[in-house]
Amino acid sequence: MAIPESLRHALHAVTETVIPTASGLEPDGWVALDRIVSNAVAARPPRMQRQLALFIRAIEWLPVLRYGRPFSKLTPARRRRFLESLQDSPVLLIRRGFWGLRTLILMGYYTQGRAIAAIGYRADPRGWSVRR
Amino acid sequence: MNEKSYDVVIVGSGAGGGTVAQALAPLVASGQSVLVLEQGARLGDAEFTGRELEMANRLYRDGGGFLTADGTMTLAFAETYGGSTVVYTGTSLVAPERVIKHWAVPELSHPEIAHRSRKFADANNVHLLPPEEINDNNRLFVEGAGRAGYDVEQFPVNVKGCRGSSLCNLGCPNQAKQGTNRVQLPDAERHGVEVVTRAEVRRILPDRVLEVRVHQKKEGTAGADSEWAPGEYRVRARAVVNAGGAIGSTALLLRSPIAPWFPRLGAGFTCHPALILVGEHGHPITNDVGHPKSYFVDRAETLGFVLETCMYFPFVTAKALTGFGPPHGAAMRAFPRLQMILVLACDRASDGNRIRVDKQGVPVVHYALAPRTVAGLVNGAQAAARIFFGAGAERVHTPFAEPPSIERAEADRLETRITGAHWKPGKVAVSAAHLMGGCGMGRTARDSVTDGWGRVHGLPWLRVADASLFPDSLEINPYLTIMALADRVAEQLTTDLGSL
Repeated sequence: MAIPESLRHALHAVTETVIPTASGLEPDGWVALDRIVSNAVAARPPRMQRQLALFIRAIEWLPVLRYGRPFSKLTPARRRRFLESLQDSPVLLIRRGFWGLRTLILMGYYTQGRAIAAIGYRADPRGWSVRR
Repeated sequence: MNEKSYDVVIVGSGAGGGTVAQALAPLVASGQSVLVLEQGARLGDAEFTGRELEMANRLYRDGGGFLTADGTMTLAFAETYGGSTVVYTGTSLVAPERVIKHWAVPELSHPEIAHRSRKFADANNVHLLPPEEINDNNRLFVEGAGRAGYDVEQFPVNVKGCRGSSLCNLGCPNQAKQGTNRVQLPDAERHGVEVVTRAEVRRILPDRVLEVRVHQKKEGTAGADSEWAPGEYRVRARAVVNAGGAIGSTALLLRSPIAPWFPRLGAGFTCHPALILVGEHGHPITNDVGHPKSYFVDRAETLGFVLETCMYFPFVTAKALTGFGPPHGAAMRAFPRLQMILVLACDRASDGNRIRVDKQGVPVVHYALAPRTVAGLVNGAQAAARIFFGAGAERVHTPFAEPPSIERAEADRLETRITGAHWKPGKVAVSAAHLMGGCGMGRTARDSVTDGWGRVHGLPWLRVADASLFPDSLEINPYLTIMALADRVAEQLTTDLGSL
């Protein structure tokens, strides 16, 4: 199952909060991120896929109760505070959900060629011969 | 349904299965048939690209993200021709004497394990890397540990023609690592052992029949087609050697009708829960070039941890760093200046941690960190931080601190900055390799699944030959010990085969 189109906007807002430099992604970078995340999600059991979709939906709409607007309309500082509350939640299910979503987002970003070049990662199968 | 018949069928081709395959290969010359069934694919040399996501998906179960039942930890194990010997760093240590004594397995002695381990160290070209092949990431570990007062040992590794790609955990792109995919399996195949990949063994029946499903290669994926046509098979054998790894072997027996006969089947599972810690230096170091794992500090016996040098790839590193947002991004942009240490906790097998299977027969691993194991990780994180600062790092990132970044000015307060109070399951990225137990060795079916020779109690035709045999933690990297035990299992089976 791909991430539903209706959740893409929320997923991208979470992505830009987890990885601020993701806001500089070109359109093809977002396409690649969506594809990587969707493929990883599709490989998991259907129950886990449904839980993830529900979790993203909850992230988008729960802030309405506290801030009067959805997650994707919050300021960066408020987005960050909201995600921190999930990361440090006393409820294991919520911490685990955020950890899983964060993992998918990091996978979608830090496996892209331009992103890993930007952080200076240079591992090469030819090893020492291209570095000395 | 396709029907086939062999004298010996080996399930799995990793450190255990590959070793048994080579050891039994001489049987082929005497007219007997030996088959290896491997669930994963056989990759061509050019398909080892070193690209993180691509290789993780090609080589690891669930791309390396196999989750424990409560979803708070990932377990890394490979499914490919050669098993996890394809994805380890080649570190090859002989089991500690105290561990083998603690196991107290009848007829299993440390001198014998050490002798057989040395045999495979020779066969697989295990040696110490020379100083000119050691990168800064490893050299700084030695320097920092020396200043912090820790004794450092060098890992013997099984490489031949290593170019220093640093990509060991993604499968060596230069075929330098001498796993069973490079040594034992090719030798076995040259001597007539048949290896069939993409072959999933569903069940082992009491009448010595294996139910096997051979999978079709999916379009656009890597690896060769299976050696057999896709479909369902019933494979009859005089003897079966189960060597699918701690989780694979245990799950296979749990799916089989014999499972109820063994109350300890699945029990005793343990692993080395691990954290990746990073230290940030003020200048670039060589870290993503050169062999990644050359040194270690062993405090398993006294403080419950082992520290190993390591170097991971961008996604794994990003996952390992606690938190998100600007501080996380800043740490990632420091990649060329990062030194890395892997903290492994030594966890004793306990009754609550065990392998089960769900209704579909898929393995489910129930595993929770005991307080003493968390203490081992905290002790290890403190020691790693001392080593980072001893090596000159400006700051250290550790999941047991809040905030997770510790500045050099705080280096004298590590015991208060790094504590178990900051441990929260589901927040800290804990991963484990070195999966052990589930079909443990012992005396009877009441306390174990097999005897000291890997014979399943009451079923002499069924043997186990992998890390699932371990009755408790090995406390070090396990591959030589698995090979030593598998060699022993194969030797006994050769003796017994005529009567089976």
